[in-house]
Amino acid sequence: MTTKLFGEPVRRREDARLITGQGRFLDDLGANALAAAFVRSPHAHARIRDVDVSAALDVEGLVAIYTWEDLPGLIAEPLPLLIPHPALTHGRTGHALARDVVRHVGEPVVMVVAADRYVAEDACALIEVDYELLKPVVGVEEAAEAVNLVHADVPGNIGAHLVQEVHSAAGTSAREAIEAAPHTLAFRLDIERSASMPLEGRGVYARWDADDESLRVYSSTQTSTSVRMAVAAKLGLALPKVEVIAPDVGGGFGVKIVHPWPEEILVPWAARLLGREVKWTEDRREHFISSAHERAQVHHVRVGFDDDGRVLGLDVNILHDHGAYTPYGIIVPIITSTQLVGPYKIGAYRVEFTSIYTNTVQVTPYRGAGRPQGVFCMERTMDRIAAHLGRDRTEVRAANFIQPGEFPYDQGMTFQDGRPLIYDSGDYPESLRMLKELIGWDSFPATKAEAAAEGRTIGIGVGCYVEGTGVGPYEGGHVQITSDGRVHVSTGLTSQGQGHETVFAQIAATELGVPIERVSVVTGDTRRFGYAVGTFASRAAVMSGNAIALACRKVRDKALKVAADALEADPRDLEITDGVVHVAGAPSASIPLATVAVLSNPLRYAFDQEAQRATQFAGPSSDDRPPVEDGEEPGMEGRDYYSPIRSTFASGMHAAIVETDPLTAEIKILRYVVVHDCGKLINPMIVEGQIHGGVGQGVGGALYEKMAYDEHGQLLNASFMDFLMPYATEVPRIETAHLETPSPLNPLGVKGAGEAGVIPVSAVVAAAIEDAEGITIDRMPISPSDLYSLRTDTRLRKIQ
Amino acid sequence: MSETTGAHRAHAVTLTVNGVLHQVTVPARRLLSDCLRHDLGLTGTHVGCEHGVCGACTVLLDGEPIRSCLTFAVTVDGHEITTVEGLAEGGALSPVQRAFTECHGLQCGFCTPGFLCTVTAFLRDNRTPTDEEVLEAVSGNLCRCTGYQNIIKAVHRAAEIQAEESG
Ligand code: FES
Ligand code: FES
Repeated sequence: MTTKLFGEPVRRREDARLITGQGRFLDDLGANALAAAFVRSPHAHARIRDVDVSAALDVEGLVAIYTWEDLPGLIAEPLPLLIPHPALTHGRTGHALARDVVRHVGEPVVMVVAADRYVAEDACALIEVDYELLKPVVGVEEAAEAVNLVHADVPGNIGAHLVQEVHSAAGTSAREAIEAAPHTLAFRLDIERSASMPLEGRGVYARWDADDESLRVYSSTQTSTSVRMAVAAKLGLALPKVEVIAPDVGGGFGVKIVHPWPEEILVPWAARLLGREVKWTEDRREHFISSAHERAQVHHVRVGFDDDGRVLGLDVNILHDHGAYTPYGIIVPIITSTQLVGPYKIGAYRVEFTSIYTNTVQVTPYRGAGRPQGVFCMERTMDRIAAHLGRDRTEVRAANFIQPGEFPYDQGMTFQDGRPLIYDSGDYPESLRMLKELIGWDSFPATKAEAAAEGRTIGIGVGCYVEGTGVGPYEGGHVQITSDGRVHVSTGLTSQGQGHETVFAQIAATELGVPIERVSVVTGDTRRFGYAVGTFASRAAVMSGNAIALACRKVRDKALKVAADALEADPRDLEITDGVVHVAGAPSASIPLATVAVLSNPLRYAFDQEAQRATQFAGPSSDDRPPVEDGEEPGMEGRDYYSPIRSTFASGMHAAIVETDPLTAEIKILRYVVVHDCGKLINPMIVEGQIHGGVGQGVGGALYEKMAYDEHGQLLNASFMDFLMPYATEVPRIETAHLETPSPLNPLGVKGAGEAGVIPVSAVVAAAIEDAEGITIDRMPISPSDLYSLRTDTRLRKIQ
Repeated sequence: MSETTGAHRAHAVTLTVNGVLHQVTVPARRLLSDCLRHDLGLTGTHVGCEHGVCGACTVLLDGEPIRSCLTFAVTVDGHEITTVEGLAEGGALSPVQRAFTECHGLQCGFCTPGFLCTVTAFLRDNRTPTDEEVLEAVSGNLCRCTGYQNIIKAVHRAAEIQAEESG
């Protein structure tokens, strides 16, 4: 095959439009649409006594004002709980517009539709909502004390409680194993809230076609197919009358997988009711206070280990703050619980979490989705064990690694997809070897001593993770070769900057033997592909990549069959090169794919010259066979699905060297090194980009980003001025190396790569700071002032 | 929109965008970002925060980068604006545009117009920047996707292309 593009750093096909300002993001659409804006709750917890809209009615350009009372049927019902779980005994979701009680600052109360956004906001400002204040519940530990309740009918503020227990091979429980272990440690670890924070917020734009009685919705979503089903169900429309399209999306990172957002229901509903196009574009403050956050968890760890640092028993108790509602279930603490064990063989493991309501923005997955917390627990534990035993930190890790010969390795738990947690492949000792070499682990003590001699404080840290990627249930791909020889690929899942148009085109071009220029790819458009799950959990390349490869193989088989008939050859002797089917070794006996496509569709009407070749009188056809053979379909197209038995498990290890300022406690990352294994690489340039971006977000989570809620439930830093996302000056240069252990689970041998970069960063940076300072780091993020007060505390403790 | 009072009063504004003269009538409170995007249909300029921090809305005002979300359209009356749509000259991508795609300096592309405008002005004034200067130049723009490494690479590459082509 001359057109082998799989594995090459092919330049992105998305870029041409994005660098010229021709991208089509949500707010770039619907130039003539009415604008929606929302009155949102200024209180964390309150009862709505009255909504007075009278002052707003005179605003010129006002079209409509809606409160909960105006909502019909299912639209007035609570929003769906997307991922139910038996342990989520008290799942609660909000309403599209608040009914009676608001439970976080930012909850939508009134929707205004007006000529433009300025006018809509004018009207919002004139609407008076009378609130009776209720006691806000803020902070996960305060909430667990249940002095006040977020939902009157949820006792203890407890939404869910789950214990998972994996006994040792000898049948001992984790607690027994810890009791019996030669060494035990117990400590607490904290991670604060952060958020996906894509540069483009959410947005919805809807057009109702009254003549056709159909609805077209554009949403900045990670799942257009599921938004479509949700909108059809809520609005009581027949599914074929609703289409949902994810246009260019300016980043997602998890937050846009949640659906249907209130606005995704309300905007289409208003568009239909008003017979006008309606659009809502989220502003930044709205994104902070009315979308979703993640990360905040408190972990209590107990561990028992032997003299080599092998973990005999591990017992982790997690308090998870899921905010005011649980639309996405308890996926985040489930992932923390199951992925915490990383690349290690833990003797016996017990993990318990309690998922708690607070009067804050709801919590749903953000890139990494519970893994950064789990890895923080496990890796801090490894470091504590090493410190306790006076051993090298990498040695302790190596003593616990699952070995390359032990795959598939069953961790004995149920993963987030409801399937057994069985790792498919990996080579952890080799990853660690590569990492140590890259960062210069063994020579670091000398470097550190040299630095110390110059009065500088530096430290090194390491962190390992395993990431379940490519979770099911399925994705599909559709491939069509048209009579002009062009290849049209579509898949239902969506893109937010990952370069899917490029990697899927690489796959199709490679599978079909056509030049990549002839391949076009569409994602996230239900008009092209209606069955899909969505983009999350580093699943796109694995799921849609394989589905597209399988669909291409179907089309290829069909093309070879049609070509074999035309060339009077055996299909097994045929190859496709540069879009031409030919007999292997005899390039003259050939037929272009374009012609094959023409021949595959018997025609009555010749609308152009190519078409003539497929009409009834054009060529030899057998009188005793139907023009379309039994079991065949006209046209050169194929559709297939990929549905794996379980997830594939990517892995990686990061290391960092940090310097801390002796005076100001400023923390600087001097070097950051990544060894990454996501199986076969489809496009190394794009995978690198994913890692860079992930590490960048990880650095934000480690050193800068947190959601500062006060005791009233007000988010004090709801702007880019105060919520500190890293600029170029904050992200270190990232050095990467790849290891490729193919997944045996799928035809392409790939694993997911989207989230990996972010996962171990807090653990690694904490370890490096701890190494530099000799002060225990047990909560992240850490700011210079945090470090400064830690130093002071430590000094005081020493004096006492 | 009818003539009213105060912030709502409509003003006639004349501005040259990417070499094309436009006359628009906008209320005093109309942001330049909204004017470009919604009145002129030039949606390449993006709005990431509307409070002056992310830099996605950066355009060139008489050649200098400004935040169009912090600028009222009425204040640019009689001035020249360059947006991302105007960076390619005669259909040929500019060195900065080419470098960004060559170096994989964008993922979702939402921040990209702001970076492209910022870097275009920067490399016009400093044709042989040092590492430090490049870092400084892009340190006022937020990107949530790329981790910046390839953006920095792209700026260096753009300087290189620029030098090759003018040399
Ligand atoms: S939109 Fe203008 S700086 Fe963010
Ligand atoms: S490429 Fe997505 S924000 Fe920069």
